[in-house]
Formats: sequence, structure tokens, C-alpha cells
Amino acid sequence: MRKIYLLAAAAALLAAPAFATDNTITIGFTDSQTGKLNVDSQGQSRGYDFWRDEVNAKGGIDVGGKKYKIQFVNYDDQSVGGRVQQLYTRLINHDKAQFLFGPYSSGMTAPATVVTEEYKKIMLDSGGAEEKPFQQGNKYLYMVITSAGHYLSGAVDALKAKDPHAKVAIVYSDDPFSKAVATAAIPQAKAAGLDVVMEASYAPSTTDFGPIVNKIISSGADAFLGGGHYADGATLARQLHEQKARMKFMAILVAPSDNKFAELGEGALGVTFPSQWEPQVSYKPDFGPSSAEFVKAFEAKYHQVPDYHAASGYADGLILQHAIEQAKSLDTDKVAAALNATDATIFFGHIKFAVDAGNHGLQAAHSMVLGQWQKENGKLVKQVVWPEAAASAKMLYPIPATMN
Amino acid sequence: MLGFLASVIDGVLVGFVYGLAAMGLTLIWGVMDVVNLTHGVMIVCGMFALYALINTLGIPPYVALLPVLVGGFIVGAGLYWLAIHRVVGRPALMSLLSTFSVNLVLVGLGTAVLGTGLFNVDVSIPGFSLGRYTFPGAHIVAAIMAALIAYALYLFLGHTKIGKAVRAVANNREAAELVGVPTTRVLAFTVGTGVAIAAVAGMLIATLFPFTVLSGDDYTLKSFVVTVLGGFGNPLGALFAGVALGVLEGAITPFVPVSWTLVIEFALFVVVLIAFPGGLFAPRRGAL
Amino acid sequence: MLLTRLARRPFFWIIALTIALFAIAPAIGWDVDMRETLVLDALYIILASNLNIMLGYTGYINFGSIVFFGLGGYICLWLVSAFSLPLVVSLLGAGVGVSLLALIFGLGILRLRGHFFALSTIGIIEGTQAFVQNFNPWGGSAGFYLDTGVFKPLGGPAQALWIIYFMMIAVMGLSLYLSYAIKNSKFGLGLLAIGQNEDAAAILGVPTPLYKALAYCTSAFLPAIAGGLFFFKSAYVEPASAFDLTLSTEVIVVTMLGGQGTVTGVVLGAYLYAELRSYLLTTATFSNFQLVISGALLLLIVLFFPGGLMGWIYSRFPQTKKVLE
Repeated sequence: MRKIYLLAAAAALLAAPAFATDNTITIGFTDSQTGKLNVDSQGQSRGYDFWRDEVNAKGGIDVGGKKYKIQFVNYDDQSVGGRVQQLYTRLINHDKAQFLFGPYSSGMTAPATVVTEEYKKIMLDSGGAEEKPFQQGNKYLYMVITSAGHYLSGAVDALKAKDPHAKVAIVYSDDPFSKAVATAAIPQAKAAGLDVVMEASYAPSTTDFGPIVNKIISSGADAFLGGGHYADGATLARQLHEQKARMKFMAILVAPSDNKFAELGEGALGVTFPSQWEPQVSYKPDFGPSSAEFVKAFEAKYHQVPDYHAASGYADGLILQHAIEQAKSLDTDKVAAALNATDATIFFGHIKFAVDAGNHGLQAAHSMVLGQWQKENGKLVKQVVWPEAAASAKMLYPIPATMN
Repeated sequence: MLGFLASVIDGVLVGFVYGLAAMGLTLIWGVMDVVNLTHGVMIVCGMFALYALINTLGIPPYVALLPVLVGGFIVGAGLYWLAIHRVVGRPALMSLLSTFSVNLVLVGLGTAVLGTGLFNVDVSIPGFSLGRYTFPGAHIVAAIMAALIAYALYLFLGHTKIGKAVRAVANNREAAELVGVPTTRVLAFTVGTGVAIAAVAGMLIATLFPFTVLSGDDYTLKSFVVTVLGGFGNPLGALFAGVALGVLEGAITPFVPVSWTLVIEFALFVVVLIAFPGGLFAPRRGAL
Repeated sequence: MLLTRLARRPFFWIIALTIALFAIAPAIGWDVDMRETLVLDALYIILASNLNIMLGYTGYINFGSIVFFGLGGYICLWLVSAFSLPLVVSLLGAGVGVSLLALIFGLGILRLRGHFFALSTIGIIEGTQAFVQNFNPWGGSAGFYLDTGVFKPLGGPAQALWIIYFMMIAVMGLSLYLSYAIKNSKFGLGLLAIGQNEDAAAILGVPTPLYKALAYCTSAFLPAIAGGLFFFKSAYVEPASAFDLTLSTEVIVVTMLGGQGTVTGVVLGAYLYAELRSYLLTTATFSNFQLVISGALLLLIVLFFPGGLMGWIYSRFPQTKKVLE
């Protein structure tokens, strides 16, 4: 008789571990700790960490009455796509990730998606803004941020409101992201009645934009849209200023969102930039913190103001959490259904995913705000100037000629 | 028409700096047949040195020339003893790999410590205008300084005792050793000088454009193109070739969709290599 | 015949064993994680073995060997998506196409020597990348995607990835046998003579321009196919990943690490380096510094062990020279 009890006890002990470690959710992702995309990617990862720490401090995510803590596993993808498939396969098979965040760029998201779709795992994409991955028939890929095709729509609208007959030069870096943004912006500008007097792309490794700026001057343009990433966007801004191109309006991608853009001094004044989010944005959230609350808590922990990369990382976590709570389950299909049904406003903006097969997972509701560098008490600060409903200051137009 | 002329002038100005940037590479290559693959990261070191000196000591930009030159020289000499000394004279691949590995280490450390974000040094000097086109003062100053430094190097190699020793070693190391030239020290000196010039070029570039830890790569490629065009071991040749490259970039832009500029540069590079293996302005190799 | 002669040597079977190991190890239990690691190892081995034909035998440094890989990827994916050709046909098309391009490039640059040749190969890879970035039929700088439907003829994505893996192992096997066979043939003897002293070889009757061109073309064929397989697996190709200069230099590192001119060395070097990188990337403490560590390791090898791993093994165990090539 004793033996049976012993066996039963042993069996119970063997079965027990399966329950004991069961109250964590593992989320896997790669980030670019080295390589070109290091800065932006790190910002985003910090957003993830901040969300995780906040949720775990409250006990975890509520899944149908039971609380689950969040655990991350992440690897460095070095800013190139070559290893991404290996790393995501490892995250899913070896580290048993139940949900995934995408790598920082579209070029890396595409190969990763082949893996995540194969294993039917949900992946939230907040780094790659291109639309192509969503047209490949994927079912579990979701994008929280505004897609590349709408990056400059706000800038076009803002410019049109100030000067419907502006002469626009659209000059952009020849990389997948910038090209996607520009090729969408050009017809948008034309449709808005603006006069597109110059369209050109440049090699991403261009160092001297002098000749390009001269070409812009020759074209007679008084408004500029374009850029690419940090170094080139900053150099363009600086040289447009130094060579007195006298732009009345400038919208540059990515570079001006970096706080170090202020190092350009007078060259930064008046430059606008599309942004997924800025700390001054004042949407009223249906759940989660408001922008002001998010900024305050983030600053308290990291001693710096969060940028839109951190905000989008945090937003990813928030949306996933909401979907899991709504689904009351960790099952992929149930959570996917909850994501499909999401139609809510958070600090980051209005979030709703496209559910038709042709665009499944693409962000359908969120839109970019336009930030601008302005002077306040002699110091350069960022303000939100468009759309007017979310603005924290009036747009400076035209950019003062004496400064330009 | 005026726009074209403006772009060409801009190209000339920037070209002087490209030429200076390549000079360190061509000097080391010409003297000891070593391709210094740390060249790009040394340029970046010069950029950051300027940034650090301005932001911590508040000195005006061009005054940093001397400390950067001296610092670069010390680093270069160190590079020689660390990575080059043992591989001089061995097959080309060895020096390529040893300098490449140092480059990996330095870029890795730079990225880990500084990240890949943007840095900018604000230098605004009034320049002059031609109609609607402006030439920023900083570009003019950088071009003049690059030309002066190149000329100084040329005079140094041609008219000083050490310069003579360098040329002797470049010509025939064994013979130089036989007549009593301390060749090893000359080689270390050469690498020191080459790196110092690269760092100074970086300093000048930093006065013109914003930069990141990874900016070195773009200038390395341009330096290779300039070195090939200008002839190995020929500093003035490098200067002229740099200007030629700058003019090419400036002249093409108004006419060709800008994105083809790089293709044309590289096609030209390969064509010149094939047709003029010693470079466009080449003296015979070793005769500096 | 050359192959039958080689089959009597133990090394021939050592290669066969290696291929078998690569094929069987992940197949036990269908371990996807191991497969993904091994496919990268295999890729390094393919690229390094083929580079060895130029670098190891003739001594010509091809800094831009990755251009074959990238162009192979582009051509294969283009054939699949634009003409709906089956994978195998597209792969062969890519291989042949890239070899022809290599012949054309080669005719131009193979008359250069030493550093000049090395630089011109950089010119070719950068120029090709710049060209492809402007070439709209291939998607320009955005690259192009493959519809996930392409995996259907192979039985769906999960199975397709396994089939691609085995094809990659086959290409790896071919690469190893190719470099082994060349080394022991008259052609290979000529190449090694060129590597020792090109002018003397020419005087002694080795047709140097022809041999160099053949070596350059041959070293392009299998990497092109590997490129086709790799990018097909990712269902996406873009210029930045296709012409990654870093990967090109890594392949050189691998060849040096293992010991240039040896077949075994390349395998060991590629395997060790790929494993080291994977390890460094996935351990939290090191990933920030993995470039630093790789660089430091390479420096040590170049300064103190220029013969690479095989050089060290040969000097410690001279008997291996006869068996491991």
C-alpha cells in the first residue's frame, strides 16, 4: 500500500513544476544594440522595459482572474537582417516566447515574419513602418505606429494651410523607409495643389549636401520635405541654413526628433518633423496613463524625457496587455481576435488595426503629429504644432528669413 | 548656369578636405605598402576630439588643430607598434587584416560607449555669396587649412632630414637600413604622421558636417578612391585627386538624378584602376 | 578520373562524413533551432571555401566576394517572382548568370595585382550595390518581397525551410569537393603556382590569364546559388543585406582563421567563427562587445598564428598534413 502512496507522491511532484513556473508570460524580441540603428532601437527597448517593470510592479497582467508576470528575452540583431530568422526561431523554440515584438526596421521585420507566421505567434511591429509586410497575407503581424505612407501627410496638410501655392522640393535618402515615405508624399503634395518643383533621392552615404542644396536653390523652392535618418537629415538642415536657401517651411524625417538636433543652433529653428508622438500630445486615453503621466513616470525612472521610440515601445506593451486582458487567455488566436477588435485611444493616439486580408494588421487609426523646433526663453525646444487639436504651440511660419 | 558654377566651387572646397582626408592613407601605403584600414575610425577620432575639446575646454575650433595633430601622432605610433610592426614585409593580406581587426575593436568600443547618435559642432563663419548661392565661411577655412597642411607635408618630405629618411625607406628599405637609417623608427614615425593627418582631416570635417561614430566608413571609401586616383605615396597628388573628386560630385549633381553619383564614382574608380594602375598623377611608386 | 582517384583518399570520406553530420544532426527530432544555427555555419563554409579558390590558391584577395552572393539572391528571386520559374531552375539560372558576370568583371580587373586588385573588388561591390539601389525593376533601394505563396510548391513554409536547408548542405558539400578537387588537379597546380610567383608561372607555361579568369568565375557559381537559397528563405531581398561589406570581410576572417589554402581549415574556421558569433550575440554580457572581441581575436591570429588553425595543427601534428587537406 505504501508503495502506491509513494508513486502517487512522485507523480504529483513531477507534475507540479508544470504548474509552478506557469505564471510568467515570455515576450521575445531582437533589438539593435550595435550597428546603425542602435540609437532608435535602444529608445524603443527602454519603452518595453518601462512597461514591463510597471506591469510587474502591479503584480502582472490579469488573464481571466490569474496574474502573470512578464519576462523578456532579447538578442542583438546588429541592425542587419542576416541573423534575424535564426534569432526569432530561437526565441520561439528555445526560449519559448509566447508573444513577440518586432525588430527595429522593416528590412528586418520581413524575414522575421516568415518565422513568426510559420509558428503562428503574434508579433507587434513598432519599428518598421513599411506597408509591404502587411500585404503578404500575414495573420499575426500587427503594427501600432503610423505606416510610412502617411508620415508626411500631416506636413503636407500643414503647409497647404499656410501657403496653398508653395513650391516644394522633396529630397530623400535612397533607403527603403525614406523612399516609401517620399513616394507616398509626392502624390499627396500634388493632390493638395502644391507645386512640386524638385524630386530627388540621394545615396544614404552622401556626406556633402552642398550641390544638392544648390540644386534646391536653383529650383526656386520655398518649402522642403524629406531627409532620411540622423546624419543626413541633420546635415541637410545645417547646409540649407548655411547656404541661405531661405526655406519658409521644412519638414525633415527622423533627425530633428533627436534632442541633440538642438546642437545645430540657428539651423534647427523652425524645422518641423513628423512624429509618432511627442510629450506634449494630449489625447484622452480610454485606458493606461495620459501622456503627461507617462512622461512624469518615465522621467522619474530614467532621468530623461521619453522620445517617440520609447513611447511606441510602451504603447506596444499596453496594447498587447489590453488584448490579453480582453481575451482572458494567452491563446494566440483568442488574443489575435481581441487585437482585431481593438478600437481605443491611448496616450499614444487612436489605435485600430485593419482586418481585411489585403492589409491585415496595418495601423488604420493612428496619425502622425508634426513637431517643430521653436525658441522659448532663448532656448530651443520642441513643440507640437499640428494637428491643431493636439498642438502645444502655434506653428512658426515662415521660418524667419534673418535666421535662414 | 550660376547654379552649376556654385556646385563646382562647393565641390572644389570640399574636395580639398577629401584630399587631406586621403593623405594619411596614401602616405602610409606609399612608404610601407600597408593599407591602413583603421583610417576611417582615425578620422572619426579627430571628429570626436574636436567635439570633446570644444565642449569641455571651450576653446575655439581651429585652435584644436595642434592638440589633435599631436594626439593623432601618438595614437598612430601606438598603432604601428601594436598592429603593423610584425606584419610589414609580409604578404599584403596580413596588414589588411591586422589593421582591419583594430578597426573592429575601435568601432565596437565607440558604439558601445557613445552609441550611434548624432554629434554636431556649430561653426558659423560668414562666407561669401554669388547671387542666390552662398559659400559658408567654414568650408572656405577648411579648404585653406587642408591646402596648407598638404603643402607643409610636401615641404617636410622634400626638405627635412626626417623627410629624406622617409623617402629613402619608401624607395628601398634594405638599402636605407644599410646606410644607417633607423628604418623601424621611420616607419613608426610615418604611421604616426599618417594618422595625425587623418585626425586633423576629421577635425576639419567636423566643423562642416554633423557626424556619428560610424561616419568613418564613408570617408574611408572616398579616401581609397582619392588614393587610387592621386597615386600612392603622393600627398599633392592626393590633394589634386580630392579636388577632382569633389568637382565630380559637384558637377554631376545638377544634371544627374543624385542617386547615380555613387555608381559613377565607383565605375570611375574601377576604370582608373584598370587603365592607370599607378594613379592619375602617379610618379613611380616609392619616389615620393 | 579525378574523382575516382580522390575517392581512394581518406579526406574524401572525411568530407562526406561532415556533410552527413550536417544533414543528420538537426533532422533528429527536427530541431529547428539547431537547423537555423547550422544553416548560417553552412553559409560561411560555402562562402569561405569558394573564396579560398581565389584567396587561398592564387593569393588574390577578393574583398567583394559577397557580390556573387547578393547578385545570386537577386537573380534567383527575380526569376521566381517575375517568371514563376521553379526554385531549382531559378537557382541554376542565378548561378550561371552570376558566373557570366564574374567573367566580364574578371576580364577587367584580373590584370591588377596585390592591393590594386583588392581595391578594385571593393569598387565592384560598392558599385554594384549603388547600381542595384537605383535599379527599379528590382525594387531599387527598397528591395522586393516574395509572396508567401512561393512556399506552396515546397509543401508550405515549415517544410520548405527544411528542404532549403538540405539544399544548402548539398551546396556546401559541392563547395568542399570542388575546392578539394581543384587543389589536386592540374588546374589547381597552376593556381598554386600563380600564388607562389605569378611571373615565374607564366614563363613556365601556365596560362595565367585564363586560369585566373576560370578561378574567379568558378568561385562565383556556388555562392550565387547559396545567395538564392538564403534570400528565398527570407522571402525578401534588399541591397543592404545582399551586399553587406561586413559579411564579405567576415568571410576573409574565417578563411584566415582556419588557414588559407586548406580545405579543412576553411570548414573549421567557418564553423568556429559562426558559433563564436552566435554565442556572443546571444549572451547578454558580451553582445555589446562582440565586435570588439572578434576584432581582438583576429588581431591575435594575424600577429601570432598567420597560418591559421591548420597552420598550427600542421606544425604540432605533422602527420595530419597527409590526411587533412
